[in-house]
Amino acid sequence: MVDLLSPTFLTAVLAAGIVAGIPLLFASLGETLAEQAGVLNVGLEGMMISGAFVAFVTALAVGDYWIGLLAGGIAGAVVSLVMVVFCIRLGLDQIVVGIALVLTAEGATSVLHDIWYSRSYPRLPNVEPFRIPLLSEIPVLGGSLFSQPLVVYVALAGVAFAAWAIRRTRWGLELRAAGERPDSLDAAGVSVVRTRTVAELMCGFLAGVGGGYLALVGAGTFVPFVTHGAGFIAIVIAMLARGRPWWCVLGGLLFGISLSITTALQVAGIAIPVDFVEMLPFISVLVVLVLFVRESRLPSALGLPYLRGSR
Amino acid sequence: MTGSNDRIGSSTVGVSTPAVELSGITKAFPGVIANDRISLRALRGEVLCLLGENGAGKSTLMSILSGLYQPDAGSIRIDGREVRIGSPRDGRELGIGMVYQHLSLIPTLTVLENLMLGSNPGIVLDEVRARARLGDLAARLGVHVDADVRVGALSLGQQQHVEIIKALWKDSTVLILDEPTSMLTPQGIEELQKVLLGLKASGLAIIFITHKLHEAIAIGDRVVALRQGRVVGELGPEVLRTGTPHEIQGRIVEVMFGEDPTRGPQIAELREDLAAERSDARTRLEGSPEILRLDGVSAPGARGQHGIEGATFVVREGEVLGVAGVDGNGQRALAEAIAGQRRSSVGTIHLGGEEVTNLSVGARQRLGLRYVTDDRLHEGVVGRYAVGLNFVLKRIGDEPFWRKGTIDRKAIETTARSLITEFDVRTPSPATPIGKLSGGNIQKALLARELSFDPRVVVFHKPTHGLDVKTIAAVRDRIRALAARGVGVIVISTDLDELIDLSDRVAVLFAGRIVGVVENGPQAATRIGELLVGGEAAA
Ligand SMILES: Nc1ncnc2c1ncn2[C@@H]1O[C@H](COP(=O)(O)OP(=O)(O)OP(=O)(O)O)[C@@H](O)[C@H]1O
Ligand SMILES: [Mg+2]
Repeated sequence: MVDLLSPTFLTAVLAAGIVAGIPLLFASLGETLAEQAGVLNVGLEGMMISGAFVAFVTALAVGDYWIGLLAGGIAGAVVSLVMVVFCIRLGLDQIVVGIALVLTAEGATSVLHDIWYSRSYPRLPNVEPFRIPLLSEIPVLGGSLFSQPLVVYVALAGVAFAAWAIRRTRWGLELRAAGERPDSLDAAGVSVVRTRTVAELMCGFLAGVGGGYLALVGAGTFVPFVTHGAGFIAIVIAMLARGRPWWCVLGGLLFGISLSITTALQVAGIAIPVDFVEMLPFISVLVVLVLFVRESRLPSALGLPYLRGSR
Repeated sequence: MTGSNDRIGSSTVGVSTPAVELSGITKAFPGVIANDRISLRALRGEVLCLLGENGAGKSTLMSILSGLYQPDAGSIRIDGREVRIGSPRDGRELGIGMVYQHLSLIPTLTVLENLMLGSNPGIVLDEVRARARLGDLAARLGVHVDADVRVGALSLGQQQHVEIIKALWKDSTVLILDEPTSMLTPQGIEELQKVLLGLKASGLAIIFITHKLHEAIAIGDRVVALRQGRVVGELGPEVLRTGTPHEIQGRIVEVMFGEDPTRGPQIAELREDLAAERSDARTRLEGSPEILRLDGVSAPGARGQHGIEGATFVVREGEVLGVAGVDGNGQRALAEAIAGQRRSSVGTIHLGGEEVTNLSVGARQRLGLRYVTDDRLHEGVVGRYAVGLNFVLKRIGDEPFWRKGTIDRKAIETTARSLITEFDVRTPSPATPIGKLSGGNIQKALLARELSFDPRVVVFHKPTHGLDVKTIAAVRDRIRALAARGVGVIVISTDLDELIDLSDRVAVLFAGRIVGVVENGPQAATRIGELLVGGEAAA
């Protein structure tokens, strides 16, 4: 049996936690933007899995994982166009459209996967981590925190930028207004539809990149349902983060680690039924929800369509 | 060129050129013509008062001027130049600032953020500039505003100041205020009037919508009355500045309703002897049985408002108990504790001898308790549902509207039609979504629902808020008739005149406590006023 507290093991758990947490970070950051603008993006899982699939296909064809991620992001944004058209423009119910989106995306990617890859099951080569000089030498933490694929550091820079932009830019102010009081934003002369559209597209893009990361770096391949509920966990993280991007990092890490512990416990051969162990991430979602649900004040107009002149 | 540089106090634009000239403005909504060929002009250095019954089309007309709605026909001239105002942003670029009927500030944002919304020129928020501009405008208005507090934490009066500052942000030449006083305290109203007179002196054209005749007379230079989407009359300064206020009010009512004001329901503002009428109350109520009793009821407050503490009082059958107090002193907690929407932490409530302290809202309703909320848009009605369905909303599952679990549309429609006629709700049809009605008509529909189906105790929270004078008179008559039938009535209001007009006794609420109960009579107003400001002094 593996020694559960050995530095190697902890490093591995932490590193795997980060790998699992990054897709959650991307997706919950995107969801945060959409929710701040008043769009409850239930379809997040669908955008992630579409991003995962397209990123995988592209990376396989081109052999470059940056291009793969970019393609995944674009795929996510394209899928989010469905939300833009039906919910933001036409005012249909966001939850219904979101659920339909998840089911369709999961179905479509599974079918395409079966058609193209069900014989070959191709895999991608491992992604080279980017070792930050010196820092990556620190025991336990160094090997995990400071030795990650480059895109992880890009993501953190993105979080810092988003945190600043939401508070300090015109765009961020309009975003918050669109989620809180769209009619006031309209009266202030800013288009609610445009504000929400931009936020939703960014959300789709980020979710797509997150899905792409999950396939390219996390799994190294695409299999049907590879996102495995990550989109829904990301929605919970975004709700708890309440518009504060750094909390998405925290949430992503927390749930990422609980996912990696799941794997680690299985590897370590602990005698707990697999089904139980696999429930761990979702149990931690429940625990966090129960503990912090009072904290999760959501934008007032979240989930409500806005059509001018209909009071 | 009359460019945008020469705005306030400038003399380059001739005095004779109106700041705003609307001609032939027409706007139809499904089933109603809200504005029917309206022509109107507003001059600089003048306050134009727009009056008219609920649903007359005042808000619609002003929303067209501000760019929120597009007219179906007609033209708009600003400083003599014909313009098309495609959006609120266009409107503001043209110097038109509007304070909407329902406050449009965002409570979760700070004052500064609210002001920068839609007006920040660059990508990054320029707080320094905004702060300076806020300072300037606040000084011009003669008010103090803290830039960094969240708007939700301000009093309604302070929010109103922020609204005005926002409307003036882009050097406006025209300031439109849609019923700005309906939520303010008397002090707040006085302060607002001072601010407006100052702005008028600096050369702004002000358009002021109100339902209160005395306000129109106090600050208006001209009055234009609308009815059913048309201009039905105009009174100039020569009329507004001669004669007693009482006579002028009579003239205004005449143009508003096109009839002799002494006929029809009596308009409270035109009567002078309110208190005297109620002083016979004591004899009338003697020996009348208790219908509602509160003993030491305490309930928590919400959203920064006071709760109530140790409320103890009795309402008799046929009695109208007024509850006076400045907004936010526990009115909502009191009303909701009685209605059952808020659990009382201590104390007991009896309804007709039966204890209801632990009963649900529905159970209390079945015992004949009704609550007419002040939050009509959110809590009172379901905006997307038809007027008819809203009438029977609280009777879901009951005969005759539901039979064997399915809706009986015929029964609902029949009831709806009779209530619509009885309460004079102006709606295209019973099937119109209630959210499309004008503010005043939503209130009428809400009253219609609560007052039908045999009430025994009715709690009114600001029952005439936002209603036109004639409807106010009709509603008050209804409240009196209710009491005359033996129903126990509680009227919670910030309008002292209303309480004097209606109540047998007036309880004064201050910081969550009832600090005194005054018998209505000749000296009542003074006494209540003392309690309102002094609060604890009388406890
Ligand atoms: N967005 C809308 N959709 C449909 N009908 C509307 C809409 N806005 C206003 N109306 C209708 O237009 C008419 C005029 O409404 P408006 O709000 O302008 O009245 P108002 O004079 O401001 O009344 P109040 O004094 O009650 O505020 C009403 O009959 C109302 O039902
Ligand atoms: Mg109005």
